[in-house]
Amino acid sequence: MAGLELDGLRKSFGTTEILKGVDLALADGEMLVIVGASGCGKSTLLRIVAGLETPTMGRVRIDGRDVTDLDPSARDIAMVFQNYALYPHMSVFDNMAYGLKIRGLPRAEIRAKVDAASSLLGLEALLERKPRQLSGGQRQRVAMGRAIVRDPKLFLFDEPLSNLDAKLRVQMRGEIRRLQRRLKVTSLYVTHDQVEAMTLGDRLLVMHRGVPVQLATPTEVFERPADTYVAGFIGSPAMNLLPGRLGRNGTMVTVAGADIDLGSRRFDRPDGFPVVLGIRPEHVVLDASGMAWPVEVVELLGSEMLVHAGRPGEAALTLKLANGAPMGDTIRVAFPAAHLHVFDQASGLRMEA
Amino acid sequence: MSRRALNLIPHAVLILAILLFALPIWIAIAGSTQDSAVIARGEVSLVPNLSGLGVYRDVLMDGSAGAGPVWRALLVSAGMALAIAFGKIALSLPSAYAVTFFRFPFRMAAFWLIFLTLMLPVEVRLIPTFQVMSSLDLINSFTGLTIPLIASATATLLFRQTFLAVPDELVEAARIDGAGPLRFLRDILIPVSGANIAALFVILFVYGWNQYLWPLLVATDPKLDTVVISIVKMIGVDTATEWNKVMATAVLALIPPVAVVLLMQRWFVKGLTEGDK
Repeated sequence: MAGLELDGLRKSFGTTEILKGVDLALADGEMLVIVGASGCGKSTLLRIVAGLETPTMGRVRIDGRDVTDLDPSARDIAMVFQNYALYPHMSVFDNMAYGLKIRGLPRAEIRAKVDAASSLLGLEALLERKPRQLSGGQRQRVAMGRAIVRDPKLFLFDEPLSNLDAKLRVQMRGEIRRLQRRLKVTSLYVTHDQVEAMTLGDRLLVMHRGVPVQLATPTEVFERPADTYVAGFIGSPAMNLLPGRLGRNGTMVTVAGADIDLGSRRFDRPDGFPVVLGIRPEHVVLDASGMAWPVEVVELLGSEMLVHAGRPGEAALTLKLANGAPMGDTIRVAFPAAHLHVFDQASGLRMEA
Repeated sequence: MSRRALNLIPHAVLILAILLFALPIWIAIAGSTQDSAVIARGEVSLVPNLSGLGVYRDVLMDGSAGAGPVWRALLVSAGMALAIAFGKIALSLPSAYAVTFFRFPFRMAAFWLIFLTLMLPVEVRLIPTFQVMSSLDLINSFTGLTIPLIASATATLLFRQTFLAVPDELVEAARIDGAGPLRFLRDILIPVSGANIAALFVILFVYGWNQYLWPLLVATDPKLDTVVISIVKMIGVDTATEWNKVMATAVLALIPPVAVVLLMQRWFVKGLTEGDK
């Protein structure tokens, strides 16, 4: 059974349309990450699922039950907020217990549930503390605990790691993933961070300007981005996108005066068809007989280095090379055919051979 | 100039300012223990005459010419100040809650109406308010003394600002936890704004304690004399004024508001300076 279903969800604020029709189905226990730049509508989508906003059109079903017109508290959901939203005057225990108290659970049962959640999250020693006495990571855990004790049908995460420092973020990311796997609760996770999205999600939904552009597994999104937006958004540093033209019966692309072979692929378009050629920085290889690019900047990252090349005002190219690769004023590179992505220049959509 | 000398200047300024503020109070304390005639001649000594301390017992129990015992006036003042402080908070808390967190027709109109009353303090609407109290037969009653002073926009505005600073996520977390509007107010909003409520209480208590014009007008019954009114009544026009008793009463009138400020100081400062948390 589907854990969460969205049916033609639309939302407008005044004349501005934020969501332009989203359909989505999450399998029971699945973790789906919605990723996109700010303003793409991902938070609005999450808030509609939570019941904090009402959709202009469309239905929301949780575990088969239509909850579109229900209050947030009646939807059997739990939400983790970006700034944690802990009740500042309540102890950690009371923060976790508050929702259960309102539901009128017996004291002993509340105690048992909070104890179970706090031992799962390693919060046993902190139960009497106030939120302001906790570190960012601990607060985050309390926020998770508050969600867990509810035993909800659906977890909603609204950029929960954005307020943490980089190291803690990596650690909490792992914890969230382990916890979600263990509890097997259907989860919707919103983030603008593509690394978080790649590591956390069973599937990704990339949103752009209120429209879902690609819904697929992280590997699929990375290896076969649906359009130039996804190609540029997922992956760091971003994929090189070079405008060019098809040639030789659709088996090669001319980019910046150089002919690049597409290998065994053949695109059924007329020669001269405008395309965008995509290749990730880590896939560009040095080749003494390849095309020459002037080197602009070299950034050392430790074991690797980033090379920014290109002529001013023309196409730019970024390469990720092993540290210590030979470097001069110009660099000669080749694009292995297996790693090339071809997009329609007019629509931005991925082209399949 | 050395760093040490530079440090002395602010201290000198501060000490001067403290002396400036404390001197009149000290004169009142010292004067209250001295002979009335000496004070009337303007020959107040800055050294208190300890044998004259009995004057405090005298004014508390028996009062002075023109005014009843001061314990009674203190009680009336305390009752009035507390009623005004609690009444204003009880009234402005729900109204600020309504205009801040709920969407209803004419919400902003309601807010601006409340705001407008800022321009109409009791002193401005003295005659019509008296008229209303008179028609309601509330002249010379404790209710008549306090009610018109309770209606105020200041507290509502202050609470609104406090509530606006409450993060949206907190409200939403409570909604998801299933807290209804009244529960949210009781369990979260009031505890979160505790420091602000305390700060407001201090301000309103002092405001209520210092009221003069309205009590003078609405309560002619000596039983309802506040301590501020008592002091004025003690300063006779025809009879000789017992200045030591006037000063003793002034000192007594000073104690409760000072006590409230000192007791609530920690909260008071927190409420005025701290944003959320």
